[in-house]
Amino acid sequence: MLQYRIFKDRLSRQVMLGLTILCILFLFLIGAGLLFKSLPVISEKNLWGLLTTSTWKPFKGEFGFLVFILSTLHVTGIAIVLALPVSLLSGIYLCEYASPGIKKIFYPVIDLLSGIPPVIYGVWGTLTIVPFISEKLAPHFVEFSSGYSVLAGGVVLAIMIVPLIISILAEIFNSIPAEMREASASLGATKWQTVKKVVLRKSLPGIIAATVLAISRAFGETIAVLMVCGNMTEIPHSIFDACYPLPALIANNYGEMMSMPGYESALMFAAFLLFIIIVIFNAAARITLNQVERIFHV
Amino acid sequence: MRKIEEKFFKALMIVSSITILGVLLYILYTVVVRGLPSLSLDMITKIPSGGFYLGKEGGILNAIIGSIYLISGAVFLSIIISIPVVMFLNFYLRKKSFFADFARLCFDILFGIPSIVYGAFGFALMIYLGIKASLLGGIIAITMLIIPIMIRSIDEVAGLISNDLIEAPMALGATKYETIKVILRQLMPGITTAILLSVGRGIGDAATVLFTSGYTDSIPTSLGQPTASLPLAIFFQLSSPVEEVQNRAYAAALILTVIILILSFSGRYFSRKLSKHKI
Repeated sequence: MLQYRIFKDRLSRQVMLGLTILCILFLFLIGAGLLFKSLPVISEKNLWGLLTTSTWKPFKGEFGFLVFILSTLHVTGIAIVLALPVSLLSGIYLCEYASPGIKKIFYPVIDLLSGIPPVIYGVWGTLTIVPFISEKLAPHFVEFSSGYSVLAGGVVLAIMIVPLIISILAEIFNSIPAEMREASASLGATKWQTVKKVVLRKSLPGIIAATVLAISRAFGETIAVLMVCGNMTEIPHSIFDACYPLPALIANNYGEMMSMPGYESALMFAAFLLFIIIVIFNAAARITLNQVERIFHV
Repeated sequence: MRKIEEKFFKALMIVSSITILGVLLYILYTVVVRGLPSLSLDMITKIPSGGFYLGKEGGILNAIIGSIYLISGAVFLSIIISIPVVMFLNFYLRKKSFFADFARLCFDILFGIPSIVYGAFGFALMIYLGIKASLLGGIIAITMLIIPIMIRSIDEVAGLISNDLIEAPMALGATKYETIKVILRQLMPGITTAILLSVGRGIGDAATVLFTSGYTDSIPTSLGQPTASLPLAIFFQLSSPVEEVQNRAYAAALILTVIILILSFSGRYFSRKLSKHKI
């Protein structure tokens, strides 16, 4: 009986270790799989050529990713510019100023915003943001805009990354010791001065890390952006032009890509590109966040 | 001067917080206003007739059932993978273990990988293994998506278990494996929260199932058949030129939002319960 129990204990330990290693290896497996799939197109047109040309004619075997990369950067840029100030201000309000009652209302709001599926954001974007841009906003600046544009993608994305930034910021702000704030207050600083000179300064690495995480989330967001950004293979000249980010490219062509090996390889290259950028960003941001936490917890 | 600055920034903060609240209410309002008129008993009890893209009759039962199949399969698979992993990280390794830190970093990164990459990788994997777009493919892709979520959120509560609780069964002569069973009972509310979180994320994600599970009018009867899902029901039917079909998309959006609301609130309920019984 004891033998059996010891055997069971040893076996379960091995199984757990195996599963853990498997889950870790999975990260590398995805990278290797996508790289392997995209090797044909990389070896055929060199890497630099793929990233810097903008002719996209898959049926002639010409794959230039510049349009998609620029579109992704534009949309992400707008999203960050809109989302960061708003999240920073509400994050500070939530942690430094708000009463427990307000916190009780506000945390579920953040939770819900981050829980709403991308496709719902897409529906909302097409129903509200897109017509608003094409009817109200764009006529002031350009002659015509369908509303399906860089700006629409940026606005929808901004709303989607706000809850992510706020929840990371809240964690960082809460980890700053109360003594630091008290020290500042006892020297006669107002609350805002304390926030500005102590809290924000101390949490700067964390804020940067949160921004990097938000950028990488914005890079990979697919369906919501796809539904509102127009999907045209042209470099956007203004924020009212349509654009075509990388994830949308992958999502839109999944049916066709089976038939042509070169095309499939090019789309897998797009996925690999997303993967590698996001892995680097995430790793850097998470390591920074872990260090920030360690500093204050000792 | 200091007073003015103080007031100015406080006002800005309140404005931005109210904006966030307002946007959430606006989204919910839009979805309800567009979805409610289309919602009927037929909508949730019938499959679409005459094709999901052009047929005017019928509802979205295929998508509702499809999503339930997909998410229950994926949650089942990811539980049996993530619970052992979390137990190993927390109770078999030392507190300051490099391996555990590295593993957590990997799961954090996996958590950040976008669903479209999981979809594309899942699709490549399926071609390699010779599986067609099917319920099975969708389940595998969603499992990949939610394992990091599950591991991270169970890991968070597992870290809070006090040492006494581990030492007590060991002192009585239990093996580590038997101790784990005791701890699991203590972790139940945390695991429930993790499941709710994963269901919410998995059921609403379109990009993973877009490649892997296909879309169909009927309800799948085996793992090898393609299946419809709620997010894709919204995505595909919204682009249809037929108004009745678009209404089906809005109804699906409302149903999905209600599911997310329910999951979110019950998640709060369970995590409150967890903190009440914490030792």
